[in-house]
Amino acid sequence: MISAGIDIGSLTAKCVLLSDSKILAYKVTRVKPKIEETAREVFEETLKIANVRREEVLSVFSTGYGRSRVEFADKAITEITCHAVGASFLIPSVRTVIDIGGQDSKVISVENGRVVEFVMNDKCSAGTGRFLEVMANALHLKLEELGSIAMKAEKKITISSTCTVFAESEVISYLSSGEKIEEIVAGICDAIASRIVAMATRVGVREDVVLTGGVAKNLGVKKAIEEKLGIPVKVPEEPQIVGALGAAVLASRKKNI
Amino acid sequence: MKRLKVAEKMRNLMAGYYMLGHQAKVRAWVTSGAPVEILYAMDVYPVYPENHGALIGAAKLGSYYSDFSEKRGFSRDLCSYARCDIGCVFAGTSPVGGLPKPSFLFACNNICNTVVKWYEILSRIFKVPLFVLDVPFVRKELKESHLRYVEDQLIDFIKFVEKLIGMQMDDSKLREVAMKSIEAVKLYGECLRMSKNRPSPMTCFDAFINMAPIVCLRGTDYAVSFYKEMKEELEDRVKNRIYAVENEKFRLLWDNIPVWYRLRWLSDFFASRNACLVADTYTNAWTGFGELRSSDLISSLAEVYTVSYLNIGLERMVEIINGLIEFYEVDGVVMHSNRSCKPYSFGQYEIQKKLSVPSVIIEADMVDERAFSEAQVATRLEAFLEML
Repeated sequence: MISAGIDIGSLTAKCVLLSDSKILAYKVTRVKPKIEETAREVFEETLKIANVRREEVLSVFSTGYGRSRVEFADKAITEITCHAVGASFLIPSVRTVIDIGGQDSKVISVENGRVVEFVMNDKCSAGTGRFLEVMANALHLKLEELGSIAMKAEKKITISSTCTVFAESEVISYLSSGEKIEEIVAGICDAIASRIVAMATRVGVREDVVLTGGVAKNLGVKKAIEEKLGIPVKVPEEPQIVGALGAAVLASRKKNI
Repeated sequence: MKRLKVAEKMRNLMAGYYMLGHQAKVRAWVTSGAPVEILYAMDVYPVYPENHGALIGAAKLGSYYSDFSEKRGFSRDLCSYARCDIGCVFAGTSPVGGLPKPSFLFACNNICNTVVKWYEILSRIFKVPLFVLDVPFVRKELKESHLRYVEDQLIDFIKFVEKLIGMQMDDSKLREVAMKSIEAVKLYGECLRMSKNRPSPMTCFDAFINMAPIVCLRGTDYAVSFYKEMKEELEDRVKNRIYAVENEKFRLLWDNIPVWYRLRWLSDFFASRNACLVADTYTNAWTGFGELRSSDLISSLAEVYTVSYLNIGLERMVEIINGLIEFYEVDGVVMHSNRSCKPYSFGQYEIQKKLSVPSVIIEADMVDERAFSEAQVATRLEAFLEML
């Protein structure tokens, strides 16, 4: 059977089509103000890529920040459960999922594909994708470039502030005092990693650790997290679709829920 | 939400209580954990700013009244009960037309130390005397010296009031009030314990809505007859199989002060997911005030009000919560990390590790709705229920 998972995050919408435990197709788009429309579009585009008709999809589950607004979904499940399920599907040995999304980040302790415990960032954007976005803007860089630039740094500048707004002005002052861009970027990656690791320590880190969400594509953040945890971290090929994948997996086992 | 019928009676009772305040000859503003029995025994009418704060929160006017304080320099990080109550004083009104002015102030720091500064400010604003009952923090066991220290102050307090009202306290009157207090607390505890039934006839939201009489009218006949009636209604519910949550699947425990402006939202949220919050640590805290002994009144008042829930070490708190978990057979604990109430929220991450069932922490504030993010809270709670 074919099932679909749709993850409406704060910045991007993701859709995964799954058939007999195989990913048929996936798509990532920007979220528009109208969530219902975003969901329909990302779903239709994924169907097109897979060359599958809507009627062939027997079950659709939604997840993410906009999960309850996807009217055509059969069920809405939180991104916490979906990331745990999606990560376990890709990497069955996973015990800890670190998900860094656009506006929240979470650490999930997993046992046999089920959530045992989780923590999320509180009312603060430091430690989320938004933090990186603001910093990229301040440095006139593209978000995607940050990771590779950070990898070039020989040392890091410490960003002392834990707040996105104050960190931005700190970064600007480093820029004007002539510090190297790559060292500032490495410092930014380090700042986000230290937030995440503090949260992860609260849940307890057990291997394998899997990093998911858009920020996982940033090698600088991955490296900084590995340094702080002292263990390697696995990143799925397409870390951004793990939540949607989890929703699709749950949709395929509909009867079990 | 299936409200209890007594909630209507409670509303009338409390409306009467607020009205009576304006007619009373001598009025004291008191903290929620102060030994009110002494006041009732001397015909001093107790005014509860904290209850008033809860009322402001339930009316969703927290940020409105807080603004009056914030504009005068009070920080938004302060307790929202304090901010709103002081705000109402500056505003000259409130949802109940403002509280009647105090003749004197009585603060007991067994709930927090904010009350000391808060009441000092009130004392300056109203130019009335303040009595602070200073209670030592009981980290482990209660010592004889602790008790003597509090007892001495209680005797001082009685003299303080006697001097103000120009009349001596009648010991038999104090005994009479204490007996009523014991009876009300006993009935109140019996009401709460009805939630042991599966499915439960009530939720902690019913407990929150109907807690005002045990706070404000403890020691009067009103509280006794109110909880007698509430108990009867709950017994009827059990007999007639009327359940608070129709398909009760999860039984949960709430920790911390309620999110007053979101009672209905939270109650609907849980009920629609077949989850019943059968009990809470907050309303249960008042059941401890029933341990008074009429033979040794002053000493037992000292004891009961010293070992109050927010004045004991974390280990003892964990024991109490685990006790509630076991008694009510709950599957999980929902902890409200309350921006306002530091003594209640500070240890939660430590307590969480020592509980016998899983728990989740949500961030909010009891009265200030600006500290509540619906999407964030919903995601945490939903994920928690999925996990259970």
